[in-house]
This record gives sequence, C-alpha cells and structure tokens, in this order.
Amino acid sequence: MTCVHLLLTLVFAVSLGTPVEIQRPRGVPLTKKQFYVENKPFTCLDGSRAIPFDRVNDDYCDCKDGSDEPGTAACPNGSFHCTNAGYRPMFIPSSRINDGICDCCDTTDEYNSGAKCENTCKELGRKEREVLQKMAEITKEGFLLKQHLIEEAKKGQQEKKSKVTDMQGNKKQLDEKVEVLRTVKETAEQPEKEAKERHLKAWEEQKAAIRLEKDKAKMAEAFLFLTDDEDGLLSLCISVSVSELQSHAELDADADGTLTETEAQGLMGGAEQVDTSTFESVWPNIKDKYHSESQPEEPAPVETPPDEVKEPVVVNDSEPYPEDDISEEEDEDDEDEDDYHEDDDKAPPTIKAPEKSHEDEEAMPPYDADTQALIDAAQKARDDFEEAEKALREMDDQIRNIEKELSFDFGPDAEFTYLYSQCYELTTSEYIYRLCPFNRISQKPKYGGSETNLGTWGSWSGPENNKYLLMKYEHGTGCWQGPNRSTTVKLTCGKETVVTSTSEPSRCEYLMEFTTPAVCQEPANTDLSPHDHEEL
Amino acid sequence: MAASCDSLLPLILLLCLSAQAVDRSNFKTCDQSAFCKHQRELKPGQSPYRALLDTLELSDSRLTLQLINDNNKVRLLLELYRLQGNMTRVKINELKPLKPRYEVPDVLISDPITEALSVVAQDENSLVLSLGGKDQRLIVSAQPFRLDIVEGPQVLMSLNSRGLLAFEHLRARKDTASHTGKEEDKPGMWEETFKSHTDSKPNGPSSISLDFSLPGVEHVYGIPEHADTLKLKNTDGSDPYRLYNLDVFQYELHNPMALYGAVPVLISHSTDRTMGIFWLNAAETWVDISSNTAGKVRVIPQTDVRWISESGLIDVFIMLGPKPADVFTQYASLTGTQSFPPLSALAYHQCRWNYNDQEDVKTVDQGFDEHDIPYDFIWLDIEHADGKRYFTWDPSNFPQPKEMLQGLMDKRRKLVAIVDPHIRVDSGYKIHNEIRSKNFYVKNKDGGDYEGWCWPGNSGYPDFTNPEMRAWWASQFAYDQYEGSMENQYIWNDMNEPSVFNGPEVTMHKDALHGVWEHRDVHNLYGLYVQKATADGLILRSGGVQRPFVLTRAFFAGSQRYGAVWTGDNAAEWGHLKISIPMCLSLGLVGISFCGADVGGFFKHPSAELLVRWYQVGAYQPFFRAHAHIDTPRREPWLFGPENTALIREAIRQRYALLPYWYQLFYNTHRTGQPVMRPLWVEYPDDVATFSIEDEYLIGKDLLVHPVTDEGATGVTAYLPGKGEVMCFSTLNGFLSLPSLKYFLWVSHIPVFQRGGSIICRKDRVRRSSSCMENDPYTLYVAPSSQGSAEGELYIDDFHTFSFEVAKQFVHRHLSFSANTLSSRNLAPDSQFSTASWIEKIVIFGGSQPSSVTLKNADGTESALEFEFGSTLAVLTLRKPGVNAAADWTVVLR
Repeated sequence: MTCVHLLLTLVFAVSLGTPVEIQRPRGVPLTKKQFYVENKPFTCLDGSRAIPFDRVNDDYCDCKDGSDEPGTAACPNGSFHCTNAGYRPMFIPSSRINDGICDCCDTTDEYNSGAKCENTCKELGRKEREVLQKMAEITKEGFLLKQHLIEEAKKGQQEKKSKVTDMQGNKKQLDEKVEVLRTVKETAEQPEKEAKERHLKAWEEQKAAIRLEKDKAKMAEAFLFLTDDEDGLLSLCISVSVSELQSHAELDADADGTLTETEAQGLMGGAEQVDTSTFESVWPNIKDKYHSESQPEEPAPVETPPDEVKEPVVVNDSEPYPEDDISEEEDEDDEDEDDYHEDDDKAPPTIKAPEKSHEDEEAMPPYDADTQALIDAAQKARDDFEEAEKALREMDDQIRNIEKELSFDFGPDAEFTYLYSQCYELTTSEYIYRLCPFNRISQKPKYGGSETNLGTWGSWSGPENNKYLLMKYEHGTGCWQGPNRSTTVKLTCGKETVVTSTSEPSRCEYLMEFTTPAVCQEPANTDLSPHDHEEL
Repeated sequence: MAASCDSLLPLILLLCLSAQAVDRSNFKTCDQSAFCKHQRELKPGQSPYRALLDTLELSDSRLTLQLINDNNKVRLLLELYRLQGNMTRVKINELKPLKPRYEVPDVLISDPITEALSVVAQDENSLVLSLGGKDQRLIVSAQPFRLDIVEGPQVLMSLNSRGLLAFEHLRARKDTASHTGKEEDKPGMWEETFKSHTDSKPNGPSSISLDFSLPGVEHVYGIPEHADTLKLKNTDGSDPYRLYNLDVFQYELHNPMALYGAVPVLISHSTDRTMGIFWLNAAETWVDISSNTAGKVRVIPQTDVRWISESGLIDVFIMLGPKPADVFTQYASLTGTQSFPPLSALAYHQCRWNYNDQEDVKTVDQGFDEHDIPYDFIWLDIEHADGKRYFTWDPSNFPQPKEMLQGLMDKRRKLVAIVDPHIRVDSGYKIHNEIRSKNFYVKNKDGGDYEGWCWPGNSGYPDFTNPEMRAWWASQFAYDQYEGSMENQYIWNDMNEPSVFNGPEVTMHKDALHGVWEHRDVHNLYGLYVQKATADGLILRSGGVQRPFVLTRAFFAGSQRYGAVWTGDNAAEWGHLKISIPMCLSLGLVGISFCGADVGGFFKHPSAELLVRWYQVGAYQPFFRAHAHIDTPRREPWLFGPENTALIREAIRQRYALLPYWYQLFYNTHRTGQPVMRPLWVEYPDDVATFSIEDEYLIGKDLLVHPVTDEGATGVTAYLPGKGEVMCFSTLNGFLSLPSLKYFLWVSHIPVFQRGGSIICRKDRVRRSSSCMENDPYTLYVAPSSQGSAEGELYIDDFHTFSFEVAKQFVHRHLSFSANTLSSRNLAPDSQFSTASWIEKIVIFGGSQPSSVTLKNADGTESALEFEFGSTLAVLTLRKPGVNAAADWTVVLR
C-alpha cells in the first residue's frame, strides 16, 4: 500500500516540477513552512523561546530543539529536509550538512562545502520505480501461489486429521487383539515352562554326579600349580602361600584388577599358608575363578570391544538429531526393528560363549516329544502376540508422527506446510548448505569432509507484528570457546522456494536468506492491477 | 591476535584447548633462564671489580677508565659522558672482547650531545668529576668500584653500591680451545633447553648486570610492558620484571611476566626529585626492584634496582631530572618524541577479527550512519589477505579493494589492513620470492632461512635489522606495488615480537642469525624495526607528504617515533578494563603516548555494562579502538539495545568534541616529549597522595579522568588534587564546580573534570568522521582558577601532512583569561596557515553576570557580544564571537 502511495506522490512532485519553488528557509519541510514567517520573530518549535527571524539559519544554535537551524549544522540535534524532487524527500541529521559528503540526491545538503555533488534524484527515482514494479509483480504472483499453498495445506491437514481419527479407531481394535493374543500366549507358556523345568531337573541331577568326580581331580592339579616355588618337594611339605595365590589375579574379589594380600588371605581363611589337607577348605573359595596355567585364558575381554565400536555409531545416528528419527521412521521403521533384533541376538552369545564351551561336552539331552510340542505351541503364540504388538507400535508411531506434524506452527493459514519434510540446498564456493525447514540446517564441505549441524528447528522469531519472517535454528555443533552454532533464516517473498544466500556475520551464528511465496503479502493496491476494478 | 588457535595448526590447537588463562609453563621464569638464575644467585656484597685509576683518560667530554675483576683478572672499559640536558651516560664493555659485543643501533635519534667533564678532585681511591650546574658531582670509587652521583651533600644515585656489577666476558669453549680462565662452567652456559627447544649458545655466557641505589626514593615506575600496577612492586619474593617481547596468549594480570613490548626505562619519583634510568639493551632483560621500606616504618627510604641482560653491553643513561617534565625532555632528547599522527588516527576506530568481506565492511559503515555514531577507521584483520599472504586480498571476499576503499573515502573515512612480519613460505607468493632471492630472511643457526609456524603455516621472517631489507619492505607499500591499496588505507603490524607458534616461548630461537648478530642480541628491537619500516613505507608512498599511521604490538625504546601501540590481546573482563589505565600510563612515562587497549576486550564476550564502561574509558585514552576475537559474537555499538547504543554514542561523541584538545596535546608531545596521558604525580609532584593513584589520570594537564571500572558501580570517589583549585565536572551538556577532594556519585556518565585555570577548545558539532569536522567552529570552555585566571592553547593545521613541520603551516594560539579579559595570541609568529574555522561560542564557568561583553578585533573594530548567564551553575555563555580561529582578538567582560 505504502509503495503505491509513494509512487503517486512522486508522480505528483515530478509533474509540479522544479519551477514552483515555494520560498521557505533552507532545510524546512513544506509541512513546517508555516512556522517560519519572514520578518516575524521565530518561536522555537518546542516553544522554549522566541528569537529574531534573522537568527534562523544564522549558523548558531539558539533553540534547544535545533529548530532555528534547519539548514545549518549548528545544532547537535537538528534535522535537514531535502525535497529530492524526482525521488523521495527525506530528513538527514543536520550534522551532515556541508560535511563534504553528498547525502541528498538533490545536492541541497552540500551548499557550502566545496563537495561536487550531482543531482541523482531522477535516476534514483527511475530505479526505485523499476524495483517496486518488479517487486509488485513478484508479490502478486507469489501471493497467488501462496493461495494454492494454503488450499493444499488445508486439504492436507484435513486429510491427516481424518486419517488420525481412522487410525485411532483401528488402533482400538488392534489393542484388543493384542490383549487376546497375550492371554493365548500366557496360557500356552505355563505348560511349556513346567515341562522344561522337569526336563532340566532330571538332567541336573545326572550332571552333579559327574561334576563331583572332576572337581576332585582339578583340586589336586591346582594345588600343585599354586605351589610353583616348591616344585620337586614331597607332598607333605607342600604348602600354598598368600603371595602365590596373589599371582592369580583372576581370583580378585572386588574386581579392581589386583588381588591384594588381604583378599588373598580372605580366600585362604585367614591363614598365611595352607597345606594339602587344609587346601580342601580353601578350594571352594577359589575354584569358580581359578584359571589353571595349563589352560588357555578364557576369551572374556572379547565381549567389550564390539560394544565400543558399535555405540558411537548408534549415538551418532540418533542423539545429535533426535528429530531425524521421527521424520524418517515411516520409511525406515522395518529396518530399525531388524537392527534392534539383530543386536538382541548378537549380544547374548558373546557373553554366553565361555559357559557353553565348558558345558559342550556335557550338553543337555534333547527334549522329549511331549515337551517339544508344548514348546512349539507356546512359540507360535509368542510369535502371534509379538506380531500384533509390533503392528500396534507401528500404528502408534504413525499417529504420533501425524500429530506432531499437525502440531507445528505452519503459519496463520498453514501456508508453510509445504516446506515440511523438504530440503533446499545452496552451493557456495566452499560448502553445500542444506535447509530442511522445521527440521535442521547443515553445512557440508564441497570437496569431502564431514557435515556440520548449523542448528535444529527452534522457533519463529520475526518481529512481533510478523514473526513468520524469521526462523531460528539452534543448538548446532558447538564452537571452540564459543556457543553452539545457530542459524537465522530470513524469509522474503519470491515465486520460487530457494535458499538465496548464506553468511556467518558472527562466528558460529549463521544467516540464511530464503525466498518463498508463503510470505508474500496480498498486493493491497488496486491501482497497479486495473483489471480487478473491472471485475468488481 | 595472539598465537591462539587456527584450524591449520592442530599442534597449537591442542595447546590452546587447555588454556583458559595464560599457560605459564610456556614462558620462562628467572630460574628457567640460565643467565638470570646465575646472575640472581649473586647476592649483594663486596664487588670484585676495581677501577684502575691510573688508566684514566679524559678528553673534553669523554672519560675512560679500566676496571679489573680481581677474581678472574678480566678487564673492562668504563666510559663516562656528561650529556647535554642534565644526563650522564655510563658505558661498560670488555676491554678486549673475544669478538665484538652488540651495541644497540637505531634507538638513539643521534649521538647525544656531550658536555665537558672535568676532574675536580682525585686521591688514590677516588675521583670526583663535575657534572656542571648545581654542584652535581660524579664520584668514582676505585676499590670496590662504585659510582655515586651527588648534588651537594645529597647522594642522588649510586651504581654498583651493592656490588652486583657482573660482566660475563666472552670466552672460548673449553673443549675447542686452550682456555686459561679459572671459572667453572655452570649449567646452561653453553647450551640450554627449555621445554623441547634447545638454545645452542655458540658464544657461551655473555650476560651483564648492574645495580642502582636510589636513596630517598619509594616510588619507581616504567619498564613496560607489564599487566601490573603503575607503581612498580618490590620483586624480592617474586620473579624480577621481565623485558622480552612475547606473544602471550590470554595474559594474566598483576604479575611481572614479559608481554609484547619492552621499554627499558625506569622513572623514580619523590617529592625532592624525579629521575630516570635508561638501560639501552635489546636482549632479554630482567629488572629486580627492592625497597628497604617494604613492611617497615621510620627508615630512610631507599629503592634498589638491578638490571640483568643476556648479552650486549652496559650502556646506561641516567636522567637527573629534577622535575618530571625534565626527565621527559631528557629522554625525548635521546630517543625522540611521539610521531604526530593524522587527526583521524586520534578519532574512533572500529576493528574486529574479522570483517568478513566487502559487503560486511559496507554494512558496518552504514550501521554507524544509521545510528548516527561517528567513526574514522574500519580495520581488517588477517582474514582479509589471500591465504594470510600480506599485501594481497582474499579474492572471494575482497575482490574489489579499491571499490571498498573508495566507498569509505566517499564518506571521508579510512581503513587499516594488517601486515604482519611473518611471510608465508610459498613459491607462488611474490613477497616471499623476493625476500628469499634477495637473501633478506633471518637465518637459522645453520645458515639456512629460518622458518617457523605462524598464521599462514610455515613462514619466513624478514630480517628487519637489515637497513636494505627495511628499504625494500618500505617500497612494497607503494601504490603500484601493493595492489588494491589507496591513500586512505593505513597499516597495522601485529605478531612482531616476533611471534613464532612453534618457537621457544612462542618466539624466535635465540641462536637464529641477523647477519652477524644473534637473535639473542636484537630480540626486543625486532618489533620496532617492523613498525619503522612500515611507517617509512607509508611516508614514501605519498612522496613524503602524508603523515603515516601504523599500529604495532611489539615495541622498544624509540617506538614512539613510528606510531601507536596497543596493549595486545586483553580480555572482556573488568580487571582488564582497569589495568588498561596503568598500562598506558606506564607507556606514556617512557615516551610512548599513543597507547590504547582493545575496547570491549579481545577475548570473550563483554556484558553490555562492561562494553559501555569500556567505551567510556577508551574515549579518554589516546588510542581508541574497539576490537574483538573472531570467536566472539558481534559487538558493533548498536547491538546491545537502544539505551546502550545511546551511551556508547555519547562516549564516542565526547571523544570527537574533544579532538582539538587531543590534537593539541599530540602536537605538544611531538614537540616536547611530555606524555599525553599522565599520572597525577606528574602534575602534582609534591602531593604524596597522588604517587600511587592509578584509577584516575590526567589528559594533558587540564582534564582529570576517573573512569568507572567496577561492575555495578553507581559512583566513584575521585581524588581532586591541587590546593584550592577549582575543578569543573564536564560533560557535553553541563558543568559543575567542585572543591578539591570530594566524593562524587554518578551513574551513567563519565567522571571528567576540567582543571581550574584552564581553557579547553572543543568542536561541539560532532559529525560522522573527524575529517568532516575540519572546518567546523570551536567552542572555548574557560574554567578560571581561584584567582580568576585561565589559559590554554589551540593548534590547527591541515590535520594530515608534514606541512606543519616542513613549511610551518599551522596555527598555534595561546588563549588567556585574566581580569575579565580573554584574549588569543599567536604562539608561533613565523608560522602561517589559514583556517576556515571560527569561534562559535565561549563558555566561562564560575564567574558573575557581566553587564556587557565586548569583542575587540585585531583591526581595532569592536562589537558587543550577546550573552546568557545561568545563575545556578554560574555559567556565562558568549554568543557567536564569530572571529576566525587564527586571528588575534580580545573579549572584555564588564
């Protein structure tokens, strides 16, 4: 609206042209001409005092408000009016009068400084009109596009809302199904459990007898190894000392890596030394942990490295960008689930492996047919239940995603909805910048190198009268001795949806310019589009 | 910038990540510096040195005498000179050194003018020399050797009275030659290692030391640069003050560690006398201060000072005052005065590491206009150059430097670009190739080009001690050599300690070679030479017409002749704001008046309150530049809300209004060597209460500033010196007369007082740059003394060329007010300059209402002046005298 008004006044001013110069003191706008009456005392505009008219513009500041010197630099707080015929009139601080710098396009501010100024008002006016016209066209087209966006967004929203309602209905049915299957599963598992326990108990008893025999043999061997310094002496003289026991760190009780003297003494029932006869009482304390030196070390430490390798990968995928998962879940849900199960399957064997290796030689005999049948039945019930539960979870996720999307503030008319789950890139000489609205912004070196997070969606942060002009993305990758990276996205009206520039005005604080029809304002003027009139 | 971090330098990065404050382990203590440790182990006692009086030779102005060390029979040659202007020079060298020892060149502006020395008395153990006027004598005692300077019955200063003269003579390595001496080798004499760096010390031990005793003295100052109190502390229980130009990352306050620059000048002051000791030595130097009054009462005070340097010779100038102004004159006669900067350099500077590109520069420039804040200079740090190749421009961010410079010129503003002395080793870089082909690089101990790490990565260091190299360097600033440069571009030399990221103590290896001399000998001079060569270049490019402006971080005695210095990489902390005052005062005392601290603090992010307070302080310090580290958020003056913007605007405007006063003071210091920023005791030398004051100071002699440097402060307690002197509180808006010594509370304004008895000229029409104000009229602020008189000066010239000097084109007026008559008189009748500036207004405080005011012009015409009298504050304002600022005139109040 303002633009058009401006144009009109400009045309008006141009048509009146320069010949009609209304007499008034230098630097006074037309609107204030009435206060400056030649040959009559001038009253400062703040009313503070009256002075003879010849002290107006006499290059000495008499009025506190600077109103007696509209055309000189004498007052610190004065302002000078340039008419700028052909362009737009403006006020400049009076400190810019005759300072050797051309400020007014009509050159009127430099009347006594020797500065060579050219009148550029016509040229400026022409350029401005061109720009305004172009802007008006863009705004008009952009606004039309925006209407489509709003329509589509509303439609989409409606669809999503009804989809959620539908899904919530389906979910209820699923809930019930899951409950039914849970009961079926639990019913099948009870007989299974009993049968398995019976089988196990029989086998345990059989095993205990065999183990007793082996244990005796092992104790004898252990005693000989522990008394390593006394090799070759008669068995009667053989004894085990505290220090010898200490050399076996695996016996360490508090798992701090060393077997202290006290700990060793504890294992030996407080004695400094034991002989074969008393060793029998020590043996139960140490046998579970004792490693015979003739046996190879158990591969126990192996279980940690795979975890160490895995963890960072998992963390990298999810933690820094928690929002990602949600948006991508729909596509990758199955994969995620698979990964999860794989982990489950993999982890236990590495822990169980050593035990198994012990007991391989004495493996449990297979289940009898009755037990196996019970197991199979229970397994089927379990599978059915899990499948139903998974379906329920998936549905929950879907509902949550849609609800989340619906909860975003996509603007007063949902005109920003179309940006959701889209990404826009800008390639500069060094980097590829990627803006995924309502999600995150990243920067990736053009020629290899890892991606840097410049911030995840924070909030709309434009001025109060239109907060939808700026987006704030926060909590990106941290900076050395500085804040976490963040980005402000400045939205301007355009026909296309594109990132037009990026900069880093302050370290780790980025500025991105982004055009979208969604911020195009209604071209309120009727003057530029006379067709509208006709239609009316 | 300090050697902080750079992505290019993973090694340094590691080092920095752990450093929140200075990493002390990077820098030597006295114990870790072999010569300092050995020298300091020597305790006061009987000197082994004996003067051989029979070797006395006396010419008109030069006396020589041999000294012998009775322990090792090595002979030294003592030279004594009486210098014009009440100074004595004492030189001690080896009589027959194995090879020449380094004697510092290029620091003295000329051979000091000597005066006749005469022997007035002599016996078998002493010699009395007359130092001329006021019965000053120099007494040479033979055994043990000592020197006493006396005036009448009073001893002013004694040398070697504590027997700490120690001169390590040059000697052949034991394993290489038949060595006759009996001295045992001490660790570190022939090689020493600090952290991973080994100093090969091919010349072995060469250190020197001498003690000075100052009876009656409790206050000593100077020997910058240290982030410490104005009054030097007793160093008995700590390390000595160290002088060794170093790039100290995140320096700490209140300790004697070395910083970026070194001026080996110490000033002593008591109510009786002010004196100075100038120890002319450019090697690593340590200064011990001890005072017999520390913790004691009722003893005759005495301060003992001991200087220790790693190499070179003893060459000391003793400046005998007696008044503070005399010492400044004496020192100026030796090393020259502050260069007279172009006016715009005294205005406000806007800097940041870094303004990213031309667009950024333009936007910031416009920001100042949009917020109606004046500024004169915008600065570009290292990122502006193409890959840190100085003298070039980054092709993507600064593709059209001339367009940018022209844009600034259209606004009558200027730019400073950084040119550091480390040169990127890159065969595609013209500057490097030329330096290499001309063999201008500093050499390593094995004779190859010395290379070290700095901002560009692997870098060479031009040998600035070589006059040919300096001439070539200067030629590189010619407009046809330095592409994209224009006449409104000036230069900043940083990192010129020199900073070497991977060198010992972040600087150059001491065994690197500058021609025949080791880096050890010349270290503290390097930075001075860099600035000198650069300033020469700026003069050359203008055909000798324009005054240069060059900022340096490293400096030495004499650096005042080449431009401005700043206090390096400070931090956005209240303590750093506070310390900027004693740091700049200390520099002013030793000749370097053009000093400032980074406004806002370089490291870290200041609170709005700290930033505003810093602007208020910076506006009243000589070099006024805001600067910030690249990792800090932006902090242009308008980014802290409208209220703070207004406060900053007001502070900067006060600076601009007072530019005529600053300019006149710089003219004055250029002529006389009197500091611009002065401790109170300089003007009130008898007022003991002023001797330790460092939270307030004087600008010239007429403005007293007590800035607010405490967080949350709602006022300050200003000490107002001078008996019965009226002080006027000054802002741009109002004045208030106050008696001496008064508690004063003020919230948001800057406590600045005008001395009763002074006239200060201001330009109250503040515009967007100082150049825009050239022809503006002056307002005279007259603050009469209790006797009703006042005086001041007004200096005007073209503000940027040497015409004031070479063609006497300037206006210098004396303004005086007494018996209700104010007049302007020419101080330099042989000068000529016409100015468009006129007298717009005269403001007189503390008088009564006159019945009429008459202006008398030089041609005898008279006219009545209109006036206003504000009775509440007794301020009389004379309206528009309108006389030209260069004219003779008189105003009479009746």
